[in-house]
Amino acid sequence: MRNGGAAAGDERVRRLLMSGLDGELPAWEREELERLLNSEPSVRAEWDRLVRLKEVTDTMKLQQPPDEVWKDYWGSVYVRLERGIGWILLSVGAIVLISYGAWMGAQELIADTEMPLYLKGAILATMVGVVVLFVSVVREKLFVGRRERYKDVER
Amino acid sequence: MERDPPAGTEVNDTVLVLKAQAGDREAFGELVSRYMRRAYYAALGLTGSHDDALDLSQEAFVRAYRARASLDPDRPFYPWLYQIVRRLCFNLQRDRRTRRRRMEEATPWLQDQAGARAAASDPARSAERSELRSRLEVAIDALPEREREVLVLKEFEGLRYREIAELLGIPIGTVMSRLYTARRNLAEILGDVL
Repeated sequence: MRNGGAAAGDERVRRLLMSGLDGELPAWEREELERLLNSEPSVRAEWDRLVRLKEVTDTMKLQQPPDEVWKDYWGSVYVRLERGIGWILLSVGAIVLISYGAWMGAQELIADTEMPLYLKGAILATMVGVVVLFVSVVREKLFVGRRERYKDVER
Repeated sequence: MERDPPAGTEVNDTVLVLKAQAGDREAFGELVSRYMRRAYYAALGLTGSHDDALDLSQEAFVRAYRARASLDPDRPFYPWLYQIVRRLCFNLQRDRRTRRRRMEEATPWLQDQAGARAAASDPARSAERSELRSRLEVAIDALPEREREVLVLKEFEGLRYREIAELLGIPIGTVMSRLYTARRNLAEILGDVL
């Protein structure tokens, strides 16, 4: 286990190495890094390894997509926006229709004097269950996800 | 790689955001045109897949439009959008089924500029570089998401520490620490070829 002073020193060394590697080191810290590299073989070895890695990553860049991607980009976003509104309207309409159908069905069921009571109860429970599950899924998709937009983001 | 919009566009961004908040889709379309490349490349760096990067960056714009009322027009648009992009990417990365599918359908997401130059004159060196690129992609894929994110922003998007810190809302020291850990891990994985 390292003591606090050594750990703080390590952190300082790491920051010097990173800043030096990325060209973000002020002149006065550059001298400090040079002194460190000349006096600490382990730091020098790590520096050399990081420099070799940097040489590799500097030759790489992110793959560029075909130009068509940019031409069609906004069109694709626009289609998604339109479809999103379509889904909202469809869902709201479906909720109203299913609820109305369930209500009418329930009324007929209650009015039916020949059907056994346990069967009525089972059908009612099924209908209510379907409506509750449907409304719950739609509510989750449309509202809950939006309010908790950043719940998984770690800083 | 295209990065920030030209200097002086921040004011226009504010106007566009205000118009978009009033329901002007053309104004939002202009914001999309300005930032689609940055959003796409950010997603590509985080997911390592063209298809996922395209899908998630577009989805981020859709969500941004739906949530536009919550955006403060006086604050820069892109950092807000980036938060949506990264959340979508992280969620995708955490999905094990997606990771398995991507391993099976892996296509290059890095481009080796030195390898491209060597390709015509020296086929053996070109094959070597191709192997190195492939190993680097796998090594970056294996990094924890927060280290990978900082590495990509630094190495492939060319942001400075201050810019990364502002984008992620973390101190510069944390940026450097994560970058150090990411590079050390990469160096260990690529040990024999460095």
